[in-house]
Amino acid sequence: MNNLEDLEKKINSELTTKINSTEIKHNQLYIEIDKDDLIDVTLLLKTNQETKFRQLIDVTVVDYPENSQRFKMVYLFLSHEFNQRIILSYFINENEIISSLTTIFPAANWMEREVFDMYGVSFKDHPDLRRILTDYGFEGHPLRKDFPLTGHSEVRYSEEQKKVISEPVKLEQNYRNFDYESPWAGTKYIKEEIDNNDKKN
Amino acid sequence: MTKKIKNLNLNFGPQHPAAHGVLRLILELDGEVVEKADPHIGLLHRGTEKLIENKTYMQAVPYFDRLDYVAPMNQEHAFALAIEKILNIDVPIRAQYIRVIFCEIGRILSHILNVTTQALDVGALTPSLWGFEERETLMTFYERASGSRLHANYFRAGGVHQDLPSGLEDDIGKFCESFPKIIDDLESLLTDNRIFKQRNVDIGIVSKQDALDYSFSGVMVRGSGVPWDLRKSQPYDCYDQLNFKIPVGKNGDCYDRYLCRIEEMKESVSIIKQCLSKMEKGPIKSLDGKISPPPKKDIKQSMEALIHHFKLFTEGYRVPKDEIYTAVEAPKGEFGVYLISDGSSKPYKCKIRAPGFSHLQAMDYLIKGHMLADVPAVLGSMDIVFGEVDR
Repeated sequence: MNNLEDLEKKINSELTTKINSTEIKHNQLYIEIDKDDLIDVTLLLKTNQETKFRQLIDVTVVDYPENSQRFKMVYLFLSHEFNQRIILSYFINENEIISSLTTIFPAANWMEREVFDMYGVSFKDHPDLRRILTDYGFEGHPLRKDFPLTGHSEVRYSEEQKKVISEPVKLEQNYRNFDYESPWAGTKYIKEEIDNNDKKN
Repeated sequence: MTKKIKNLNLNFGPQHPAAHGVLRLILELDGEVVEKADPHIGLLHRGTEKLIENKTYMQAVPYFDRLDYVAPMNQEHAFALAIEKILNIDVPIRAQYIRVIFCEIGRILSHILNVTTQALDVGALTPSLWGFEERETLMTFYERASGSRLHANYFRAGGVHQDLPSGLEDDIGKFCESFPKIIDDLESLLTDNRIFKQRNVDIGIVSKQDALDYSFSGVMVRGSGVPWDLRKSQPYDCYDQLNFKIPVGKNGDCYDRYLCRIEEMKESVSIIKQCLSKMEKGPIKSLDGKISPPPKKDIKQSMEALIHHFKLFTEGYRVPKDEIYTAVEAPKGEFGVYLISDGSSKPYKCKIRAPGFSHLQAMDYLIKGHMLADVPAVLGSMDIVFGEVDR
């Protein structure tokens, strides 16, 4: 498929019910699917002669803690032959276990390990689901929005114990997140304060 | 009587000069043959992506210098392009040329480092002494443009931070005249060198199919004969107005990748020359006051400029809600930024796609059945820098 519109039509006609929505923007095709169709859709994208998305560029997650389905899984594909990119995504709940792409793309191995490490999303049939970037014995999933920027524990070398020890983080000053939203437009807390004062009066 | 022989487990790194940083590679050896390699990464993990989520778009740029610290500006480029596409702003032509010049300088910086340290890993000392002298010259160009040798923080959404100081264009031009001679010198030391060839030819062969399956990009995929370069296939900035060739390897071994890098350096020199000859005076960043800060002298005169300056350096500019993936051809391969903005002045999510991550992942597949002494050669030819692998 030489242009994105044709590709969009082709994918919609091949996979009809499995596609929830498609959109073209920024010269890329965004596809939303259901969790269970991942393997079928990826296999078609990879093997079909008119799509040939033979490279998995990356796998990642976006965390929306306020959503009922918290995580949005995102897969980026590239087709060398047709010079096109696809961004595939679907939503899952916090504790859902999803299928691994390692059998289709060997490159998915570390990418899924990273997702597991950073967000705590588990994959079934993954050959080697260990943490990858964080320290040995690390607890928590750092890229979740509810994980604090400063973390929970810090390590240092203890002269008494003659080894590296892990302690809870002690900060002289906490991380300060300033609210720079334009006061002319009215920041939320000022608005609330004014409203409260109005009620009192 | 038979004795059962147990395989030897060997820790390669994290404090090993040939591990190119902080790689801990656990090798399972049968005699001197590697049976299995398990890279442990993350020793340089700094949580870049988390930090970016807590900084404004302008404050996030310096984090990109610290990813692949050998070619800092190439990374900034990907981030700047992502924001520009969402904001839908045009970059002045002079800024595009400046950015391309410095990206190509970054490519030369990275390739010199890689070629010479790879030679060092397999036993040749001289190339690194010659190559690093040139790197130093290039880094003074970085310094003159941005103020620092390594962590430039120079690219901005909408252009670059400041114009080139006077005389820099001429000096880069002079460098382009003298540098090809240095490449020839390096080649005379390595290309036909018997020991260098014995250590690299037919080592770490990557087939075309595997290069695709393992998400290889850059020299790793071109060395195997796939003519894929984002500067050509998905041109960004002014690359579509420039003439350059894409060197492609044949056998996909360490030696072909070395040859590709040498040729790419020559192409980079030609790209820089073309940019210098086409470049004209003009603005170097977007003129939109809501995105790029005003010149210092305006702040003293104009109230509007003062307000813009204040707002930009406290709140930062806001980026409308959107989702985008942008990739550039960094020296090591496809470097991408997957950016999600939510309408505020900080990114909601910024996933960094580092080429070295996928390359290192294939270590086990590449090294299986090779000798222990080939490990540094393969590792060297993959061009791993831990700043970007660990993020």
